Amino acid sequence: MTEVQQALAEAHRREWAFVLAATVRVAGNLDIAEECAQDAFAAALAAWPVRGVPANPGAWLTTVARHRAVDVLRRDRTLRGKLPLLVEADLSVPDPADEEADVIPDDRLRLVFTCCHPALAREAQVALTLRLVCGLTTAEIGRGFLVSEPTMAARITRAKKKIAAARIPYRVPPAHELPDRLDAVLTVVHLLYTTGHTAPQGDTLVRADLVERALDLARMLHALMPDDQEVRGLLALLLLTDARRATRTDADGRLLLLEEQDRARWDRQAITAGRELVLQALPRGRPGRFTLQAAIAAVHADAPTYADTDWGEVLGLYDTLLAVWPSPVVALNRAVAVAMVDGPAAGLSALDAVADDPRLAAYPYLAATRADLLRRLGRAHDAAQAYRTALSLASNTAERDFLAQRLTEVTDA
Amino acid sequence: MAQYAILIYGDESGWENPTSAQMDQMMQAHGAFAQGVVAQGGKIVGGEALLPTSTATSVRGDAVTDGPFQETKEALGGFYIIEAADLDQALAFARQCPAPAGGVEVRPIMDTSGGAPGA
Repeated sequence: MTEVQQALAEAHRREWAFVLAATVRVAGNLDIAEECAQDAFAAALAAWPVRGVPANPGAWLTTVARHRAVDVLRRDRTLRGKLPLLVEADLSVPDPADEEADVIPDDRLRLVFTCCHPALAREAQVALTLRLVCGLTTAEIGRGFLVSEPTMAARITRAKKKIAAARIPYRVPPAHELPDRLDAVLTVVHLLYTTGHTAPQGDTLVRADLVERALDLARMLHALMPDDQEVRGLLALLLLTDARRATRTDADGRLLLLEEQDRARWDRQAITAGRELVLQALPRGRPGRFTLQAAIAAVHADAPTYADTDWGEVLGLYDTLLAVWPSPVVALNRAVAVAMVDGPAAGLSALDAVADDPRLAAYPYLAATRADLLRRLGRAHDAAQAYRTALSLASNTAERDFLAQRLTEVTDA
Repeated sequence: MAQYAILIYGDESGWENPTSAQMDQMMQAHGAFAQGVVAQGGKIVGGEALLPTSTATSVRGDAVTDGPFQETKEALGGFYIIEAADLDQALAFARQCPAPAGGVEVRPIMDTSGGAPGA
């Protein structure tokens, strides 16, 4: 890759959202803005090798994209009349010669909140965020979610049509709606991360590209909303979880549990940054679910070994988390902490209390956790049965191999 | 401003033969809703309450059948056509729309003034 190509790839990853978001304000329409933003990157590919990479690539690209949008709309007034506009198109973009005076507004939050509007289905929110905020191609998004390119293209087109036709506004929600709306945004970013972190199917456990994009998004949100506690909590959670990425499988791709991981290889820099964020987020009033999950991850990150983890602290945090976010998955994880504090029998009864929740019926970790507790209680026969159930539900190869190995261990014992 | 239909769905049981107290209460709730929409900068373009689905007749091709087009537990019971600045405002109005036995659906109205939509 030449230096210019590298600079361009870097600018795409760092600046795409900024360029597109600022162009939407001019174009008043997502599709035109997207085209103009793409044109700007194409123009850079031609101009930068000749004139050099500009000092501020993002500003250069944005200015080109916005002028392109003005041209498109001026040239085709009929088109303009027909377009359902997201925002009133603002054609008062200063002359390119006057570039210095042009203070480009940072509209990235508007873009994010539009992509994650509650009137859109969660899967559409995720797809739009990757496409419009991260600048991924439809094919790349399809690969990330194991959906064919035409299916993903149809999903994105449908969502964009709804934004235009139903007039989903291009703005940051007012203060009284912000907590709910922000929760949807954070949920989308977290979902992206977990999808990448445990690729739901396939041979590798982690989809690095999705994980990286989720981290980029969390960092961007934190930069744009530096005072928000839950944004801080989410970034901390992703950093602390991701610090363990390299140690989650062995050289052969076999899944390693938290207790088997080589803690010396955890990313200390990420842990320090994550812990710092947790410490800032925790004292600010009633912590939310992302902050609490981050706090739990921080306790694990600080523990010298699995056994020497402050399980009492972990359990206390799970109790608080369960009160804020009564999810059966949280109750399941809490049962694991109960087992560490009060022994596997107590853990098993905590687990049994949530086992009937229909939301966990297809969740392989319920059976896997149960199997592990039964194994530790010496109930090999029951454990084997639970491992079989977990195997029938897990679809990721690394996870299946792990469960199959445990099954052999308990049947041979 | 854009136009939206607010379609009111609900369980009809209990509304087959409404008492006058029931009717008064409903009319009052809808009156308050309409006033609220206007006070918040929106506009009510139109709207009607429908008689129960037991009075409906459906026609598909040449076939005429007794009953609603689709049998559902929660039936269409009325609608408004409103004007709102955007979907967020329309949804804010929808939240205020009386629908005690169910809920409402918000649908943008097609703008047919400038040719085919989305073309």
